[in-house]
Amino acid sequence: MKLGEALARWPVVRQLREGDPLGLGRAAQSERSRALEPRSDEADHVVQSICPYCAVGCGQLVHVKDGEVTHIEGDPASPISRGRLCPKGQASKSYVQSPLREYKVKYRRPYGTRWEELPLDDAMGMIVQRILDTRTASWDDELNRTMAIGNLGGATLDNEENYLIKKLCVGLGIVQVENQARI
Amino acid sequence: MGSNMAENHPVGFQWVMEARERGARVFHIDPRFTRTSAMSTDWIGIRAGSDIAFLGGVVNYILENERYFEEYVKHFTNAPAIIHEDFVDTEDLDGLFSGWDPEKGKYDPTSWQYAGMEAHGAAGQREQGFETRGEQSGHGGHGGGLQHGEPPEEDLELKHPRCVFQLLKKHYARYTPELVADTCGCSVDDFLEYCSAICDNSGRERTGAFVYSVGWTQHTVGVQYIRTAAIVQQLLGNMGRPGGGIMALRGHASIQGSTDIPTLFNILPGYLPMPHTETYGDFQNFIDANTSPTGWWGHFDAYWVSLMKAYFGENATEGNDWLFHELPRVDDDNSVYWTTLQMLDGNVKGYIIAGENPAVGNSNSKAHRLALAKLDWLVVRDVVEIESAAFWYDSPEIESGELRTEEIPTEIFFLPAATHTEKDGSFTNTQRLLQWHWQATEPKSDCRSELWFYFHLGRMIKQKLAGSEAPRDKLIKALRWEYPTHSAIQEPDAEAVLQEVSGREIESGTFLDGYPKLKADGSTLCGCWIYCGCFKDGVNQTARKEPYWEQGYVAPEWAWAWPANRRLLYNRASADPDGKPWSERKKYVWWDEEQKKWTGLDVPDFEEDKEPGYVPPDDAKAEKAIAGDHPFIMQADGRSWLFVPQGLEDGPLPTHYEPHESPFDNSLYSQRANPRRQQFERPENPYNPVGSEPGSELYPYVATTYRLTEHHTAGGMSRTVPYLSELQPEMFCEVSPELAKEAGLEHGGWATIYSSRSAIEARVLVTDRIPPIEVQGRKTHQIGLPYHWGSRGLTTGGAANDLSSIALDPNVHIQEVKAFSVGIRPGRRPRGAALPRFVEEMRSRAR
Repeated sequence: MKLGEALARWPVVRQLREGDPLGLGRAAQSERSRALEPRSDEADHVVQSICPYCAVGCGQLVHVKDGEVTHIEGDPASPISRGRLCPKGQASKSYVQSPLREYKVKYRRPYGTRWEELPLDDAMGMIVQRILDTRTASWDDELNRTMAIGNLGGATLDNEENYLIKKLCVGLGIVQVENQARI
Repeated sequence: MGSNMAENHPVGFQWVMEARERGARVFHIDPRFTRTSAMSTDWIGIRAGSDIAFLGGVVNYILENERYFEEYVKHFTNAPAIIHEDFVDTEDLDGLFSGWDPEKGKYDPTSWQYAGMEAHGAAGQREQGFETRGEQSGHGGHGGGLQHGEPPEEDLELKHPRCVFQLLKKHYARYTPELVADTCGCSVDDFLEYCSAICDNSGRERTGAFVYSVGWTQHTVGVQYIRTAAIVQQLLGNMGRPGGGIMALRGHASIQGSTDIPTLFNILPGYLPMPHTETYGDFQNFIDANTSPTGWWGHFDAYWVSLMKAYFGENATEGNDWLFHELPRVDDDNSVYWTTLQMLDGNVKGYIIAGENPAVGNSNSKAHRLALAKLDWLVVRDVVEIESAAFWYDSPEIESGELRTEEIPTEIFFLPAATHTEKDGSFTNTQRLLQWHWQATEPKSDCRSELWFYFHLGRMIKQKLAGSEAPRDKLIKALRWEYPTHSAIQEPDAEAVLQEVSGREIESGTFLDGYPKLKADGSTLCGCWIYCGCFKDGVNQTARKEPYWEQGYVAPEWAWAWPANRRLLYNRASADPDGKPWSERKKYVWWDEEQKKWTGLDVPDFEEDKEPGYVPPDDAKAEKAIAGDHPFIMQADGRSWLFVPQGLEDGPLPTHYEPHESPFDNSLYSQRANPRRQQFERPENPYNPVGSEPGSELYPYVATTYRLTEHHTAGGMSRTVPYLSELQPEMFCEVSPELAKEAGLEHGGWATIYSSRSAIEARVLVTDRIPPIEVQGRKTHQIGLPYHWGSRGLTTGGAANDLSSIALDPNVHIQEVKAFSVGIRPGRRPRGAALPRFVEEMRSRAR
């Protein structure tokens, strides 16, 4: 390296030459940080979404590249949140990509001591059969219902999902339908 | 009060901070000095479970010092209404209201009615619980003798001894500043400072608001907590006006939506009641019992029939009473706690859990885990393997030997769920705003949305039963269940579901623009009448995303609020009886005399062309029976209710009762706790000795549970996230230096906290943020317990809900976890079989 080049890379010189006298801006950048680009710039597309945690309903922008979520940040357009997110909202990408996330159906047979694999279609068929068998065995003709089946959950789900849950349960005579409204 | 907004709703709290920057006074009244207290102008520490005493004191202050907003109170509330002569107050019956039936453990509300009429109600009444039930629910209430929307007897001078105003005065006369201080553990000066501040910030020129969360609801008198605040706000004229109101900050993304379009046992979409077991026979009786002759509940039949058309399509006809006779019937209480106890008794065989974790999140979590182990089959749908799916091999009961894996009969299906980024749909937030979120990526492998699961479940069941002639299958066969699907996995179209919710004119298929268009003749369908119009003009109104800088502060072009995109309910109250704004400063909705219509910054919550001077004719029905100067249009009399003649299980006026488990007796009455609270004493749910009972000294401290910014409810969405687990890595308990000294606890060390139900361990956080308080002349310690932890996830720890019991509010069946009694001692909890032995030993010492 020539002396001039070395001198030019000396931080004090860079601070003065690059208009950054306090050394808090460009002069402090390494080659690596100079070449960095925000991962939000690489997105194939950005989707407007809503934070899945509390009920404030902050706006989120979900960045997607190659079919994967690459980044989630606050939606500046939202009159509720104006681009801000709390620690949970900011960690949403880690939530949707949690290391503990499950991707396969797991089955535990009665008195079983371990999880087993089960194809989704088989699981659906078995669940249908359990519901119908229990319902038939416990049906109350007078009150048009079964008291042997319950359904729990809904406050973390979409309105459309809650609508289908309640509608189906009414149709099946399942009245013990509940969610987190109490917690 | 009852909220730690800065911690739990931090992004919403930015608006409180802006108000403070502009000079607003922010009071935080809470047992703990929290992140919210630190950002408020004032903090008042009170004992957990004493809020009605505090707010009752505020009511007394307002009345004694004549600080109420007289014109608002006289015209907009039921203060002038005269109550039935048989009504007797708690002041005269030592803590009970008239109508108490000790054998049934219930009230007969007949004597609480307006003088000169039969029972009547308004929105909110679903289970009356007494034999006056008539049919069952009385959403709109029994009409009785309410003529053209007026109470039969009134005294506009507010002097009649049985008028609501005078009853209120009498009821709260003993809630003096001294009583408040002695019951709540705050100082008289702090209390009076608060009273004068809220009064100074109310009236024509100013408004004050309350914010609460589950710190208010999770009590055996939870509904009455909120009622007390409602009385304060009515007296001060703070309802239906900008900057006023009572804000419930809810804690799940669509917890409001799952109440509006309920996954709840007792209601159907739009707060329509499920038919009750006592509801037989005549469909018209059911409609009549639920239709209020006056107010908007006068159209109950249109809301009902439109829902049945959405559910059953052409199978629901006038000739078959829209399939009313085939609908399942509910009991007074089929809530989650009731179901859990039924499970323990072996009566519930199958359970589907979708996005909830009762093994950690529900009160007396141990009882819930034991209950799951009694099931024949269980389906758990979640993004991670939560405690409710793993209880059979990983739980405190497996560790202690109370449950043995190979002896648990439950067949378990764990189905991985899709996240919010993997599906289209709408959440309804805490301010009634429906906000659409778009799908960003496809769910992987077996992951599916709940929309997918329930749609295909229903499709497969209907397919199986297509040929069935069994009477029990009539309704499911009649269910309209056709939704278009897309993508390789056959995901149902969420917008098609929302369209059904929003409603259509059936023959033409035209989208409806609002609930006034609903018909009782079967010509319209609508899946949720209060959501009617959310897809008006064929446009997904909930997906509107006009940036806030392109519109005014009300921001009506962002998403869609129910009903009718109204952002502030009852906003006609923002104008005086003549329709003029109360002040220029607080202008919001007003009557435009030239155009002869209501106008303003928001969609008026009033018929657009109803003049302020409108007086209903004698034969007027529904909304037409509400006068032009009565803003509360869902009520049969158009007024807000200081006194609630019907609709509450536990009294027409809020009264201070001690929590179910409290180390104190009631300083006002010998009736210690809410007489109507739901109790379930049984081996899985024992209660601690309380008040002056022997043994209560073994559980001498007041415990209260809460959340942290970095975690979410029972932890399934946060203890599984690396960053969040790093930020809050461990279960802890908050204690004062004085308590630490008394109990021998060391900061950073371990403590065992115990109740009759169980014992857990936690790291000790010694802090001045939870100071001891002086109640009834006795120094009292409180213990703070975050409730996020369980045995699974990246960070694990004791579940605070293992300590609390199942004791419920009688109106809404909510558990009391914000105030219960515990003991504490240093060190880790006993392991294995020693844990239940320890709990039992403490209990036997208490007996």
